Amino acid sequence: MINQAVIDIHNLNHYFGKGNLRKQVLFDINLTIDVGEIVIMTGPSGSGKTTLLTLIGGLRSSQSGSLQILGEELCGASEKLLLKMRRKIGYIFQSHNLLNSLTTRENVEISLEIHDFSYYQKKQKSAEIIEAVGLINHLNYYPENLSGGQKQRVAIARALVSNPKIVLADEPTAALDKKSGRDVVELMQKLAKQQGCTILLVTHDNRILDIADRIITMEDGCLLSNEQLQGNKIFA
Amino acid sequence: MNKRKIPLAWKQLIRQKGRFIIAIAGISFADILILMQLGFQSALLDTNTLLPKLIEADIILTSSQAQNFGLLKEFPRRRLFQAKNLPQVESADALYVSLGNWKNPDTSTESTILVLGFNPARPAFNLPEIKQNLKLIQYPDTLLFDQNSRGEYENAIAKITTGKSVTTELQGRKIYIKGLYQVGSSFIADGSLMTSDQNFLRIFKGRTAGEVSLGLIKLKPGIDADFTVNELKSLLPSDVKVFTLKEFIASEKNYWQTSTSIGFIFSFGVVVGFLVGVIIVYQILFSDVSDHLPEYATLKAMGYSNSYLLRVVFQEAIILAICGYIPGCLISIGLYEITRSATSLPLIMPPTRIIQTLGLTIVMCVASGAIAVRKLGSADPADIF
Repeated sequence: MINQAVIDIHNLNHYFGKGNLRKQVLFDINLTIDVGEIVIMTGPSGSGKTTLLTLIGGLRSSQSGSLQILGEELCGASEKLLLKMRRKIGYIFQSHNLLNSLTTRENVEISLEIHDFSYYQKKQKSAEIIEAVGLINHLNYYPENLSGGQKQRVAIARALVSNPKIVLADEPTAALDKKSGRDVVELMQKLAKQQGCTILLVTHDNRILDIADRIITMEDGCLLSNEQLQGNKIFA
Repeated sequence: MNKRKIPLAWKQLIRQKGRFIIAIAGISFADILILMQLGFQSALLDTNTLLPKLIEADIILTSSQAQNFGLLKEFPRRRLFQAKNLPQVESADALYVSLGNWKNPDTSTESTILVLGFNPARPAFNLPEIKQNLKLIQYPDTLLFDQNSRGEYENAIAKITTGKSVTTELQGRKIYIKGLYQVGSSFIADGSLMTSDQNFLRIFKGRTAGEVSLGLIKLKPGIDADFTVNELKSLLPSDVKVFTLKEFIASEKNYWQTSTSIGFIFSFGVVVGFLVGVIIVYQILFSDVSDHLPEYATLKAMGYSNSYLLRVVFQEAIILAICGYIPGCLISIGLYEITRSATSLPLIMPPTRIIQTLGLTIVMCVASGAIAVRKLGSADPADIF
């Protein structure tokens, strides 16, 4: 496989607030993630993990440095470009964030509706991915009738159904018990490998670190370590 | 390609049944308020044109001092003779109108009633009962009574229906009621009596045959009324006003709508109903948007644009408008029915009002939606991680 960077970050700085209250939260971040890599990002709370994730996901506009996602420069990008990029990225949130008034199937389909799929393609694709996450018997359930693990699996189906190149996940196992947490990440890993998509996962959960190809650690807004799971290189 | 989409607005609304029902009840309530006000307003205007609408004439003369059908003032009968000189005029008759005090034959209490006197040779009103009873009113002190008058008249009406006459007092004079007709009460008076011009002048001693309340001019067949109105206007001095029948009815309506506070009061009621609706729908939509804010932020993160979310909120507004309007309209029709039987006010629901208030309801809901969507701006996808 030719290694090609899907996420390429150079000298990224980010600030919150304005004027005297302006506070730097990200310091000179350099990070490159290749196609198909599964990267876990850890670090104490308040270290800027989530901020970095939202910048990569185009949910916030970045201010200085360079942030290239799928070959597009997001630093100083227009709202229109950010919107376009978001459609190419799958998101999995800490709380599942499913739409409570929609069934399992509709929650997955709504992620397809921003793309050009016919009604029948939509039905077929959503059924396939729901089958893959093992919820084919819960197609017409509303989120309130699903368990936490089931909801998170619907969220994974929703994130992956449109075959995104990148999946961003923020503590997807935080609200789950050990068993369902494990199941959920293994499912993510399996589906991502099948589709050849890159995963960047923020977590505190030590139990799931082994699924990663690489673990990066953040502290106080700096990227502390960038270690290959087998190797032991540390960049200060 | 089949592009059928998930009806998110509808699904969100029916997911919270309690709130949906409250919203519908609120909109229905606002619509009932509006429809009742509009109903009363047009009933007011209709009741005061019931009699004018029945006048058998092409052109109407009134005193230039006349304000409404209950306050006509008098003008000289000579004007009628002048009008009759025009070759295209078939006839020009006098109608005498006055409010009188009479004793209710059932309860013996005094009340005000509208009395109309006209030449029995030609019925002044297009009422079959009047045309049949023209002979009766030629008898002295004999009158016909509007059986749709407001008040307790059941016994008297029953007696007259069986062919007997009812005796009572009008302006302190003993009178006989021998026949009935049907018009309806108005804001001028609870009811009316009709008789010959001779009887009218006998009852109202201050009035003379030379002082006329209303001039009824009939034209020969095929003559244009508008043209003759202009001719009469230039012919007659300025102590009279000349109308076509249509114009006369319109000016009567216009009087009640503009010259009294009644029109304003009902319009005010409509505005209040509208505002109540706006506030209710705003409350519902605002809390709906607030509750769904994380979901909307999620949709934004997935790549949905702001305009999609705006559409969802406005769709909700329009669904609420239509779902709230239907019961509101049906209940109002029922209330119209009840009011009609309780007050004999002619409350009816014309199709144009149904369409207009539906339009107004949609405007109301969309206006509330427009206030509520400002909240959407705070659906920041960066906050949900």
